[in-house]
Amino acid sequence: MINLIMAAPDPIVLETDDRTPESALDSDEVRLTFEVHNLSIWYGDKRAIDSVTLNVPSNAVTSIIGPSGCGKSTFLRSLNRMHELVPGTRVDGSVLLLGENLYAPDVDPAIVRRRVGMVFQKSNPFPTMTIGENVTIGLKLNGVRDRKFLNERLEKSLRMAALWDEVKDDLHKAGTSLSGGQQQRLCIARALAVEPEVILMDEPCSALDPIATAKIEELIHELKKNYTIVIVTHNMQQAGRVSDYTAFFYLGRLIEFGPTSKIFSNPSDKQTEDYITGRFG
Amino acid sequence: MHSKDKDRHRWRKFKSGLVSFGTLAAAVLVIAPLGLVFFHLLVNGAGAVNWDFFTQLPKPVGAPGGGMVNAIVGSLELLALGSAVGIPIGVLGGVYLAEYGSARGNAMLRFIADVLNGVPSITWGVVVYGLVVLRFKGFSAYAGGLALGLIMIPLILRTTEEVILLVPNGYREASLALGIARWKTIVNVVMKTASKGIITGILLALARIGGETAPLLFTAFGNRFWNHDLSQPIAALPLQIFTYAISPYDDWHRQAWAGALVLVMGIFCINVLVRILTRDRAGTST
Repeated sequence: MINLIMAAPDPIVLETDDRTPESALDSDEVRLTFEVHNLSIWYGDKRAIDSVTLNVPSNAVTSIIGPSGCGKSTFLRSLNRMHELVPGTRVDGSVLLLGENLYAPDVDPAIVRRRVGMVFQKSNPFPTMTIGENVTIGLKLNGVRDRKFLNERLEKSLRMAALWDEVKDDLHKAGTSLSGGQQQRLCIARALAVEPEVILMDEPCSALDPIATAKIEELIHELKKNYTIVIVTHNMQQAGRVSDYTAFFYLGRLIEFGPTSKIFSNPSDKQTEDYITGRFG
Repeated sequence: MHSKDKDRHRWRKFKSGLVSFGTLAAAVLVIAPLGLVFFHLLVNGAGAVNWDFFTQLPKPVGAPGGGMVNAIVGSLELLALGSAVGIPIGVLGGVYLAEYGSARGNAMLRFIADVLNGVPSITWGVVVYGLVVLRFKGFSAYAGGLALGLIMIPLILRTTEEVILLVPNGYREASLALGIARWKTIVNVVMKTASKGIITGILLALARIGGETAPLLFTAFGNRFWNHDLSQPIAALPLQIFTYAISPYDDWHRQAWAGALVLVMGIFCINVLVRILTRDRAGTST
């Protein structure tokens, strides 16, 4: 157990990024996964997101912080159209995923979600399925039948989620038989199995103990080599540890966005500073 | 001071004992009829339940022996026909209520289903008599099955809806977030998770209609012989019991007791099955 903690990324990981974070925000130099332009979202009459414009860089971790009810979850869900599950939502503005507007009229939300995977706050492996079935279900229900392919993808996904060694002999056991931290990594493996381009995480560690949290954070650090990650977190230390960029939301507006090091050490906005230093929120 | 406390204590004990006794008496009153029915059935029916009862056709009045094999098989056929109507419509309707539909429309559908659940079963027999028996000029197994199926629909619909609503939203979200289409999510994740509850609802509906007599009076009508043509009148255990019980013959009375015992045991078995299915509902399913 102690080894695991030692292996977790050093809290100050920002320097390990090979780009200088300042220039990375400039869209000429860095590939952008999402370009969000003037996005507003309403639940009925209530405006949850107000004119947000934000670029999410590729192969990096972007964290979204802010007090409860600030719209950070809604914003995250708007990146794969999951917020539409609530009836009566309305969207204005655009979200480009690698240049394509997710909200164009001919876009199928199911296809968007295949490209933009999601991990939830509460681990939710399907209770009727085994560990193996949980990982491959996304492929199976999207029409993949080839057993060999499924088995390869099963192992690959579980390896990427750093779970393979722990469960390789128990693939036929129920997914719900795992511990909380393992279940969350199983959910990450399930999301990875359909090979998305982006992974959204909605407070993935808020129900986990510190050791399981350290493992997930280590995993996030590994995953950003291949994926773009957007993570909502209530835990500012976590945002500091795992993310390259940080966006601060307040009352549905984007207050400040920039490299994590800058947001945490030298924020430009008074509200950001107040929130980060714990004066409110 | 001291004795006053003691008095109060005694008074409290007395009240507590009184309420305990009241609840116990109520519990006995609830269970006693069930016990009495079972006891009475065993005393009167057990003697007539034998191999012949399950293998032989009814004998003419006066002839000894005979059985109710045609009624037992007929009842099973009617249950199968009823299920063919009731299960798909009930389950799909329940899924619609839980997963689709507008709030206002659903409230109306729910209300209608609850009203239909309260409709006396003989009404269904009359409805099917008017719709099917009169039109096709004859009693038939189809008509009986339809009447039973119509009773099943609102029962299954409501239980299906309730167990589907119990499936945590997290599973739907997890599935949809994998890019799995809505209907596939509902079938493979939501209904699969709720499958035990759905099956329980179906079994309870079967137990309920298994003993129904009234809706069969004007539809299946009953038959003293084998019938393998579903468009003809067919025998059913509850109908046969009814016919035999109101007859003036002692022989037939004994047979009616035996039939009632077999019917109650069958329904008892379904309920035991339901108990087994629902027992580890809270635990993890493996």
